[in-house]
Amino acid sequence: MSDSRGAGRVRVILPYHLRMLAGVGAEVPLEVAAPVTAARVLDALEARYPMLRGTIREYETGQRRAFLRFFVCEEDWSHEGMDAELPEKVAKGEEPLLILGAIAGG
Amino acid sequence: MSSVRVLVGTRKGAFILSADGKRKQWTVNGPFFAGWEIYHAKGSPADPNRLYASQSSGWFGQTMQRSDDGGATWAPVGNKFTYDGIPGTHQWYDGTPHPWEFKRVWHLEPSLTDADTVYAGVEDAALFKSSDGGGHWEELAGLRQHGTGPHWQPGAGGMCLHTILLDPDNPQRMYIAISAAGAFRTDDGGKNWKPINKGLVSNFMPDPTAEVGHCVHHVAMHRSRPEVLFMQKHWDVMRSDNAGDSWQEVSGNLPTDFGFAIDVHAHEPDTLYVVPIKSDSEHFVPEGKLRVFRSRTGGNEWEPLTQGLPQKDCYVNVLRDAMAVDQLDACGVYFGTSGGQVYASADAGDSWMPIVRDLPAVLSVEVQTLEQ
Repeated sequence: MSDSRGAGRVRVILPYHLRMLAGVGAEVPLEVAAPVTAARVLDALEARYPMLRGTIREYETGQRRAFLRFFVCEEDWSHEGMDAELPEKVAKGEEPLLILGAIAGG
Repeated sequence: MSSVRVLVGTRKGAFILSADGKRKQWTVNGPFFAGWEIYHAKGSPADPNRLYASQSSGWFGQTMQRSDDGGATWAPVGNKFTYDGIPGTHQWYDGTPHPWEFKRVWHLEPSLTDADTVYAGVEDAALFKSSDGGGHWEELAGLRQHGTGPHWQPGAGGMCLHTILLDPDNPQRMYIAISAAGAFRTDDGGKNWKPINKGLVSNFMPDPTAEVGHCVHHVAMHRSRPEVLFMQKHWDVMRSDNAGDSWQEVSGNLPTDFGFAIDVHAHEPDTLYVVPIKSDSEHFVPEGKLRVFRSRTGGNEWEPLTQGLPQKDCYVNVLRDAMAVDQLDACGVYFGTSGGQVYASADAGDSWMPIVRDLPAVLSVEVQTLEQ
């Protein structure tokens, strides 16, 4: 859904440890103005949950942390760049932006 | 009635172990921050309800936690550690220049007098300070920029600033130690620093007595005599009687002088504790025996403390920040192992009992002595 100013409700799914850190459930709804990019979604996420700053993207570079991936619409969006416009289904909230950690042992 | 609160950082979360002054019956709370590495947690001497914890993860990086109620509840605080100016380079393992990159907070040292002031020792090695309860962090860049920084090199565990000692008699003086750069001192509150490594000998270096490059593992002091320092180096246990200006070896009759942890008895400034580790190639206790060694003579003469500790088939390590003492009489001594045991002695080391046996690998142990 989007309002008359172009702001849409984006759905973000966080990995378990970040849900615990932010004290949120599996899915976080966020109002994000168009054009909806990963950077804008993360701006909105971090504004609402400041404790997530530095945990998804690096402070210094603004880039995705190495062991995290972004999935959208069943595609790996990790290498599309933070400023690439996300698919319309994500912007409209029909599909979530899925943030997940690399599988690892230990 | 006094009580003690033991703050334990592990590979997979933090735990708080509590007991009354007898230190026989223990309550175990946790895990806090389950699944995260807790390199260190420490309470403020100015306000024992104020705790700080370093929470990190290979996936999510560094976060910081603070409690204002003795660990019952926690809240994230500032986690932005930005080096001052253009960070420059230090040496990489192969001797080539490598840019300074923040990785994690190894050690937190709350101010002795102000609960909102806390220092953080980080990897890549630098010292940060917060004056607002962990909300914001500012580098004390005089350390990294005093001149020898480009020659610092990481140890196998990373180039970490792991030890911060605050002089209780002189608020302008503090000591820090870095693996593998050595020990450093400031006498002006952190603006200017100098290496204090004279007398250290490290045979893995081209010049074994160089000004910097030594792999100092930990340094301890007694609050009544802050100019006397005790050091567990990569190899060698060392002592300084002049605030680090010079050091002499006090390994004496230890079975091996490799190790990580070292601490000083709360009421006897010449009583020391170390846990010898077999070697830098085999990071476990020698002969399958977990032994704390105590010196009552400020070093050189050591006695093994074994009562209550496993004396066969034991192959654990005890890391640099994983030993602490309480302030009770008799002094309590605590340490945690890579096998997840936390041992306590309520009689200055004469006998030991495990508080818990099956935690994740222990990274740090701190003790608060509480008056109720």
